[in-house]
Amino acid sequence: MAEEVKLIGMWGSPFSRRVEIALKLKGVQYEYIDVDLTNKSPLLLKSNPVHKKVPVLLHNGKPIAESLVILEYIDETWKANPILPQHPYDRAMARFWAKYIDEKCLPALWNACWCEKKDREKAVEEGNVCLKTLENELKDKKFFGGESIGFVDIAANFIGFWVGVLEDVVGVELLTIDKFPILCKWRDEYVGCSVIKENLPSKEKLGAYFRTRVESASQSK
Amino acid sequence: MEEENQIKLHGMWGSTFTKRVELALKLKGIPYEYIEEDLSNKSQLVLKYNPVHKKVPVLVHNGKPIIESLIILEYIDETWKNAPRLLPDDPYERAKVLFWASFLHQQLFEDMGRVITSDGEAQEKATKDLFEKLTILEEGMKEFFPGGTPSINGENMGLLDILMYALFGPYKAHEEVLEMKTIDPERNPLLFSWVMALTELPVVKESTPPHEKLVALVQFIRENALQSCVA
Repeated sequence: MAEEVKLIGMWGSPFSRRVEIALKLKGVQYEYIDVDLTNKSPLLLKSNPVHKKVPVLLHNGKPIAESLVILEYIDETWKANPILPQHPYDRAMARFWAKYIDEKCLPALWNACWCEKKDREKAVEEGNVCLKTLENELKDKKFFGGESIGFVDIAANFIGFWVGVLEDVVGVELLTIDKFPILCKWRDEYVGCSVIKENLPSKEKLGAYFRTRVESASQSK
Repeated sequence: MEEENQIKLHGMWGSTFTKRVELALKLKGIPYEYIEEDLSNKSQLVLKYNPVHKKVPVLVHNGKPIIESLIILEYIDETWKNAPRLLPDDPYERAKVLFWASFLHQQLFEDMGRVITSDGEAQEKATKDLFEKLTILEEGMKEFFPGGTPSINGENMGLLDILMYALFGPYKAHEEVLEMKTIDPERNPLLFSWVMALTELPVVKESTPPHEKLVALVQFIRENALQSCVA
């Protein structure tokens, strides 16, 4: 039976890229459909009517939405190169850290980049608390998943790549080597992995994308 | 060995997050020791087990802590595979349940919290958001209950049932304090009949705190929040 796998995503979205990393890690063939988020396609609206967001995975026509839910689905459907650990306790820990990244770290770091200048110091502090917590969790491991990339490392892709681009464009210091030597080392290993390297947007294109956002924000003031 | 299969739950009687875990343990027939925590004076154990968030519930299984109610529920289902299964085995069905679980847990729960802890214009907006989300949920749940009125018993309760009960089980207390209906048989017939079916189950009834106590708690939360806004 021919298997049809499609991914509706956006080239600059870290959530979208998470799914691509997982599919590539497992050697799953898929068709990628890029979406203009300012003009959402009928396919996206039909596949994710509740949130109207990317990414959406379509497996033989059946839609799965929410990047972390998609990652678990991929792990359960294609068994090569497991992303989540085997033991329920280790799985619970992995889910906890992925959730922490999504619900606490990403909003804090994003806010530190885009908030008003008067709020920046406090926002950066909050971002630092998250990064420190992750730094402590990583300890002496090469990756959050141990010797190889796992569920948490994939969820942390924003920290591994997007943060660096934002730091350059916005002019804020977040993931600095003096404060977070372990996390910086993780980042270097992470983007050095071929499956990650090949699934990142171009630094220039992403930088330009964020730059237009900075410019339009300052113009609207 | 004494440590063999030792299950402890640190929780708070009025916390819907704690309720979720209690219900799951009861449904699966898992014996556990319950430790009530004073949230204004958390025990050293809670701070040790959950240093990141310092919150309950914490499930401690043979000395190992698991935190965050949804994650605890998945852990329970993966560790004790007896019926009822909280999540389906099929990956696609499982993904659908996890999608709606996230919707209930994050979006609806947050909206409900805002309705309870605000007044005036802010409460009006929060209520509008809540009702919009309930409409989306009503539509989404038609797929899970194709026959219409849900037929649930202690053998087939699952993750979404637990979350729904945790959120809307106290609906009478909410109504009394807020002087409005959060869930309404006319606006959301399927959801309302679902909540009714859940609150009738013996295993749910025995986990439900007395109405007066719930009213007092919701009142307390609301007053606290409104006072801190003024200050």
